[in-house]
Amino acid sequence: MLDPMQDKPNFDEMWGHEDGLREPYDNFNAWFENEDPARLRAKQREAEDVFRLTGITFNVYGRSEAEERLIPFDIIPRIISAKEWQRLSRGIEQRVRALNAFLHDIYHRQEIVRSGRLPLEMLKQNEAFLPAMCGVTPPGGVYTHIVGIDLVRTGPDEFFVLEDNARTPSGVSYMLENRETMLQMFPELFSKTRVQPVSNYPRDLRRSLAACAPERAGENPRVAVLTPGIFNSAYYEHAFLADQMGVELVEGHDLRVVDGRVAMRTTQGYEPIDVLYRRVDDDFLDPLNFNPDSALGIPGIMDVYRSGGITIANAPGTGIADDKAIYSYMPEIVEFYTGEKAILQNVPTWRCNEPDALQYVLDNLSDLVVKEVHGSGGYGMLIGPTSSKKELAAFRKKLQARPSNYIAQPTLSLSTVPIFTKSGLAPRHVDLRPYVLVSPDRVNITPGGLTRVALKKGSLVVNSSQGGGTKDTWVLGD
Amino acid sequence: MLGKTANGLYWMSRSLERAENTSRLIEAGQRLALTRSGDADDEWTPILQTASVYDGYLEKHGDITKDDAVDWMLRATDNPSSVLSSIKAARQNARMVRTAITYEMWEAINGCFMAVKDALARKVSERDLPAVLGMIRQRTALVRGATHGTMLRNDIYDFLRIGTFLERADNTARILDVKYYVLLPAASAVGSNLDNVQWESILRSVSARGGYRMVHGSQVRPREIVQFLILDNRMPRSLNFCCSKLHDNLRYLAHDYGGQTVSYEMAERLASSVKASDVDDVFENGLHEYIQTFLNTIGGLGHQIELDYRFYE
Repeated sequence: MLDPMQDKPNFDEMWGHEDGLREPYDNFNAWFENEDPARLRAKQREAEDVFRLTGITFNVYGRSEAEERLIPFDIIPRIISAKEWQRLSRGIEQRVRALNAFLHDIYHRQEIVRSGRLPLEMLKQNEAFLPAMCGVTPPGGVYTHIVGIDLVRTGPDEFFVLEDNARTPSGVSYMLENRETMLQMFPELFSKTRVQPVSNYPRDLRRSLAACAPERAGENPRVAVLTPGIFNSAYYEHAFLADQMGVELVEGHDLRVVDGRVAMRTTQGYEPIDVLYRRVDDDFLDPLNFNPDSALGIPGIMDVYRSGGITIANAPGTGIADDKAIYSYMPEIVEFYTGEKAILQNVPTWRCNEPDALQYVLDNLSDLVVKEVHGSGGYGMLIGPTSSKKELAAFRKKLQARPSNYIAQPTLSLSTVPIFTKSGLAPRHVDLRPYVLVSPDRVNITPGGLTRVALKKGSLVVNSSQGGGTKDTWVLGD
Repeated sequence: MLGKTANGLYWMSRSLERAENTSRLIEAGQRLALTRSGDADDEWTPILQTASVYDGYLEKHGDITKDDAVDWMLRATDNPSSVLSSIKAARQNARMVRTAITYEMWEAINGCFMAVKDALARKVSERDLPAVLGMIRQRTALVRGATHGTMLRNDIYDFLRIGTFLERADNTARILDVKYYVLLPAASAVGSNLDNVQWESILRSVSARGGYRMVHGSQVRPREIVQFLILDNRMPRSLNFCCSKLHDNLRYLAHDYGGQTVSYEMAERLASSVKASDVDDVFENGLHEYIQTFLNTIGGLGHQIELDYRFYE
């Protein structure tokens, strides 16, 4: 039902269904065919040195010593035509507007529940639903200031949304550094091909955040990035974004509430801030209002927030919108708030809390991908077709014990893009995360995004924590 | 600027300075051991004391041997002041203050860290030691160059300089303190070959042999050494020079921030008292006592800076 191409060869974004070079890759291929593979191999190593020296590393969770690792970078760009991108960005904008309308609704009148499109239990029994946000309208009415929409592709015109990242989508620094690195290594390639730039992202981000500041902030709102600290896996990105935006990078213990405003401890005393781009979870935001054991948060920040004294980006409680169970309702959500059919398709999803669906999933476990509703990063998920009997049996038990904790999806035959290997080009599966900025007056989508690639032959897991790599993503000019 | 950032900048430059000083001490120790007859391992006790890592060493190793002493100062991860630990700490702080420093400076520190980590991954053989020490000095010099060449002269730079000169003053004072007995007038009367080697090693441990020769000629005498290392305001590692820089940078901060701090007043008093010191008075009242008072004063100054600029909550 989902995969009409089942009998065709897998879709490769460079070579199609084995039916010849696709047009977006024309220029690139002409260049590539004239390149000496030895030079490219040297360039591949050079890229790694650049990344290591720049310090673009991530820390791996679950290791005794906080070890820094590089995310492997592949030098073959992933190329999207201007026309393909136009359609994608229309779909993304529609989806992001719907997400914001949805969040406002569920924290206010809950019309979508009253209309019967969404069961009340989906909110009531959901840990990601934050009662503290009921009746609160964030400054400018924006909930998800920064969104990452994960897309996969199965054919020339078939794109699916795999998940929405509405809390704190990460990876944008890789999008920027990948392009920087490619520009340095292959300037000749860019002079032959018109590629839409991504380098405006930090400036756009600052502008977008500033546009969401509380009204009292005035002309020049003070923005800061909140990080859990240097041991966080994404610390490099937090520092990178603060640096590129020209704003302070703060931790919880740099902040406190002073005279009803959130202020940071500077060498000259406490100075108020207006917009906090936080890269910590809701739970760790305010020990007075949420997790009392959190050493990361700022006691009382939620009270300032509720009184309109600070913008928190993304707003607390947005996690409900990227919950995988809510995800399965996205087609209805988009239609309900925009009055239009969703331009981007959802992957069909079975909600295991529904008895019929659970039965289907149990019967077809070896063909499906099963994910934890609140999981992320590729942890705790089952990929049926590549799992052993033992793994399937173990997962079946977990599934039966807590069905509401899981959703299931068919295994899509994800598109591939070539990577550069010792023996030349070889196809590998990819996904795409475009980054979206939302302010009261506009939705800004950076052309391209982060392409993650499963470096192992045949693998469908693209997460960096599980051996995935990244590529530069090109959206061609008109 | 965040108080935390000022703290990170200060400790980053202190750690870099410490790494450099420690590598110079190792070089001086190695040199001393090579130019002496008899049991050369004795020489490592004062070296370890100068680097303030003697107690930790004894706890770990007991006996003093050259190999263990060099390894302890160079690459022991359980010695927080070893070259490797210091460079790691500097890089950790640099990551913390990444938004305050230039890309060039970060690259120099990160490159320094990667090179030193590689070179010190295994025990360094006696044969490779000079090259490794040279590389460490070169790498830290690169960081200094990137700092001078790319950083704005603002409060960020001031905190970097304050860290550097506090650490340097502390180091020079400790070298004098540990070796003060060879500099006493009684020792100068002896004028033996052994003492010449000792005096040379003092100058070597602060990279001051060339400078000393320029100012005082080829005769190495204790009085001149003390004059040079405490009072000479042209010598970038003398106490006088360091204190006057501390005073300058704290004055810039006070000016930028529009208000004088307690630490500024302390630095002002310290700088003028060091400047007014007279080498004969120093000997008369006791070199050891003079250095002890100095070490206490800069310890207090460091603490006051942390308070004045809200390094901690």
